Amino acid sequence: MAQPAAHTEHQEHPIRLYLVVWGLLFVLSLFSYMIDYIGLHGYLRWSLILLFMMLKAGLIVAIFMHMAWERLALIYAIVLPPLMVLVFVAMMVSESHYVLLSRLTFFGGPQ
Amino acid sequence: MTDVVETETRLPPPRPGGLRGFASDWASDQRTFKNVSWGKAMMWIFLLSDTFVFGCFLLAYMSARMSTSVPWPNPSEVFALHIGGQNVPLILIAIMTFVLISSSGTMAMAVNYGYRRDRRKTALLMLLTAIFGAAFVGMQAFEWTKLISEGVRPWGNPWGAAQFGSTFFMITGFHGTHVTIGVIFLLIVARKVWRGDFDTQKRGFFTSRKGHYEIVEITGLYWHFVDLVWVFIFAFFYLW
Repeated sequence: MAQPAAHTEHQEHPIRLYLVVWGLLFVLSLFSYMIDYIGLHGYLRWSLILLFMMLKAGLIVAIFMHMAWERLALIYAIVLPPLMVLVFVAMMVSESHYVLLSRLTFFGGPQ
Repeated sequence: MTDVVETETRLPPPRPGGLRGFASDWASDQRTFKNVSWGKAMMWIFLLSDTFVFGCFLLAYMSARMSTSVPWPNPSEVFALHIGGQNVPLILIAIMTFVLISSSGTMAMAVNYGYRRDRRKTALLMLLTAIFGAAFVGMQAFEWTKLISEGVRPWGNPWGAAQFGSTFFMITGFHGTHVTIGVIFLLIVARKVWRGDFDTQKRGFFTSRKGHYEIVEITGLYWHFVDLVWVFIFAFFYLW
């Protein structure tokens, strides 16, 4: 049982770190909300949504879930597989275009 | 010479870091996650599988929204609240987001105090996290009630594409279920911490194993994941 030694070594972070990340998450959430509040549209809106989303997700996983202090063996095992979902996204984008085309072709307009 | 041999037998050689360490950990024909206990590793793997579940929900939502020829209801207007004589867009969702992020902050501090073996602070912070979580579920129930009273159903709604209702209830319902399970999980562990089970090495009721403060971190992993999923739902469903 080498466990107790193993998980005391990297968990001693000052509380200040969590408060700073908490504050950052608040600010980033406020920014995402402001995108909608001031009514940005088009590519600017979508890129800002994605930017703030990825920053928030990164902070939560890296600091709150302590991923930044884990070994690469665990980081890659957990973080890389979800990237495969992007392949699925690409497939479904193409499929959705086809479904929309079929609907417009065979049902003639909005259904 | 003998000194060198002794230190080598007592301490395992330091593990290489970086990509070399990654390769040697996975190729070592032993346990792969060297300094991670089985409980933590299994929680991470469960969360990975849950990532795929929510990933598929969001993908289904994307496909429904992209393939419909009917305009999608504008979430900014659908989720607006009428406050002080004017419509404030997404205000309830914004408050829910802040509540969930706050609960993540208190959870992270609970984990920290857990490893310092500060029983009282850990239990209180976990209780606070659970209260934030319950508040989130309460606001979600309010949101569902409002939308249902406005005529949103899984098969249709007054504003546009019928798929809006089904994806909304499916995604937020599944997320709300996760939050509810998390609150129950938090309360159970907080009670154990408060009672001092991990200081007195009391055996668990279900597994008859002695607990560690590590369970606080494992509970925390689950809780932060719930917050993480909300980040994606907020971005893709409410803001897009």
